[in-house]
Amino acid sequence: MKAPDLLKMVTRTINFGRTRAVLTSLGITIGIAAVALLTSIGEGVRSYVMDEFSQFGARIIAINPGKNVTGGMGGILSTVRPLSLQDAEALRQAPYVEYVVPVVQGAGAIEYKQRTRNVDIFGVSADMPAAWRFAVAQGRFLPRNNDARSSPYAVIGHKVKQELFQGESPLGQLIRIGGMRFRVIGVIEPKGDMLGFDLDDTAYIPADLALDLFNREGLMEVDVIFSPATDSTYMSALIKKMLIQRHGREDFTLITQDQMLTSLNSILSVLTLAVGLLGSISLLVGGVGILTTMTTSVRERTSEIGLLRALGATRAQVLSLFLAEAVTLSTIGGVCGLLLMGVVTALAFLFAPEFPIRPHVPFLLIALLLSSLIGLIAGVVPALQASRLNPIDALRTE
Amino acid sequence: MSVANRSSSSPSQLKSAEPVVALHEINRHFQLGEQTVKALDAVSLELLAGDYVSVMGPSGSGKSTLLNILGLLDRPDAGAYLLNGAPTQDLSEEKRARLRQQNIGFVFQSYHLIPRMSARENIELPLILAGTAPKERARMVSEMLERLGLTARASHLPNQLSGGQRQRVAIGRAIIMKPKLLLADEPTGNLDTQSGADVVTLLEELNTQGITLVVVTHDVELGKRARRQLRMVDGRIQSDLRQSDVSD
Repeated sequence: MKAPDLLKMVTRTINFGRTRAVLTSLGITIGIAAVALLTSIGEGVRSYVMDEFSQFGARIIAINPGKNVTGGMGGILSTVRPLSLQDAEALRQAPYVEYVVPVVQGAGAIEYKQRTRNVDIFGVSADMPAAWRFAVAQGRFLPRNNDARSSPYAVIGHKVKQELFQGESPLGQLIRIGGMRFRVIGVIEPKGDMLGFDLDDTAYIPADLALDLFNREGLMEVDVIFSPATDSTYMSALIKKMLIQRHGREDFTLITQDQMLTSLNSILSVLTLAVGLLGSISLLVGGVGILTTMTTSVRERTSEIGLLRALGATRAQVLSLFLAEAVTLSTIGGVCGLLLMGVVTALAFLFAPEFPIRPHVPFLLIALLLSSLIGLIAGVVPALQASRLNPIDALRTE
Repeated sequence: MSVANRSSSSPSQLKSAEPVVALHEINRHFQLGEQTVKALDAVSLELLAGDYVSVMGPSGSGKSTLLNILGLLDRPDAGAYLLNGAPTQDLSEEKRARLRQQNIGFVFQSYHLIPRMSARENIELPLILAGTAPKERARMVSEMLERLGLTARASHLPNQLSGGQRQRVAIGRAIIMKPKLLLADEPTGNLDTQSGADVVTLLEELNTQGITLVVVTHDVELGKRARRQLRMVDGRIQSDLRQSDVSD
């Protein structure tokens, strides 16, 4: 029997029992749609989170004060030397270092005329826009100052500008932050949210002033951005060595961006896989549906099988006929499932564009393949039954 | 449909070549509870090319079993079955299927047409199974429909055809592979007299053209038309009459 003829016979059979075929395929349709959708959401979440975390670039090493060690002489070891602006400045001189951003973060009220707004306040350096890939929409960013105390300048986020200045130009205006007066010299372009933080509802001031403002001894973090000419392993070692030299011991923690991204990525990939597997339960149910239908079908068409055998159909031919039927049913279900998933994705895109659905083509292809495979597996037993029928008994059945 | 006169034994049928079918001491037993039923008990039989044989006998006499053995649908428990001189009893199931396909046509009482296929497609089925090229198939089936007088009904489904038409479709399907042996099990059993007569005429016409025809029937009238009449009782061939012996 030629393959096109096989296909034609199978489609004829399926078309003849259309209602049953539709109902049977429906199980697979729902299963495939579930798997495709769940993995797409998983993939969407993964890439959303990865984007959020990597928007600052991958060549970044964050240094935090303190080290998580369990020591025996708690009293002495727990005295942590704070990370200082001088540390940050020293790191700036190190080879391969492109930018260094000392970070002091806090929350405070910004006052302008009669209006007050509570925002996140970041104490940073002039390197910040380049390091974190922020762009200045209006005016300029904080100037670089060497050693001397910084001028009381502030750069505000997009939302702060909108809310506080309401159409006025903020440039050159004086605002009060936590009782200190700052002159607004720039506005950062809109950045959106990151993991719940509104990056536009912020103000940036020089780090040394922020230390005074929040009455802190040391920086909360120093971000070092290194050049692509080297890698994070080398840079980590270098920074560690420098800081140990300055502090006398390792009382700080380094987190490289690619370390974090790698572990985050693997966690989220496992998560995607897990929800995918959850969805496959419905695929399994769909497979059982195909098994049921094919078993019934073999029983109903027993005399037809007998006839085929009498006409010279081999067992292998009967087997392939029924297998092909099962696979066709499930593949139809699979294709419909992907279409359904496409419709849901399109609707989500139209009505909830922020919902992180990211159809991942390899996953979709795997899902389709899976549907065919399920048909194959579900079809094996009934098809074997059909091929093993005794033609005489089969012919006698009416 | 032109009908060859059945009583004229054309010369081509008389020349006896090698037997198409040779059964030697065929046994086929079934176990029914405690009891062993000898459906075929040491049956020996030779059918020559162009033979027209009827098999008659009471229910349970082994007619159907004989037909199943002849059609390679069943295997004898003992004995030898030579088809065109080649032994078949030890062949694998797939090889027997191949032999069936090439050599044997079946006609059933209940037609066994596939309900979702048109007359044309039902006739085409053996060619599809044999892997014949579509173009060749279309030509052969069209010829067959023409020959059966069913050209106008080619695209009808079985349930849109009369009983006689259905059986003619079934016969077309049985002979599309040009088999040497045509086995008919009560071919007129479900038909009215006129349709039955048409079907018999068609079968006999095919026989005249050289096909070996075996008809299993309860119908004495039909049975008597055959040039060779077997009567079976209790799994044995009780009598084997030739036309020349029969006073019609």
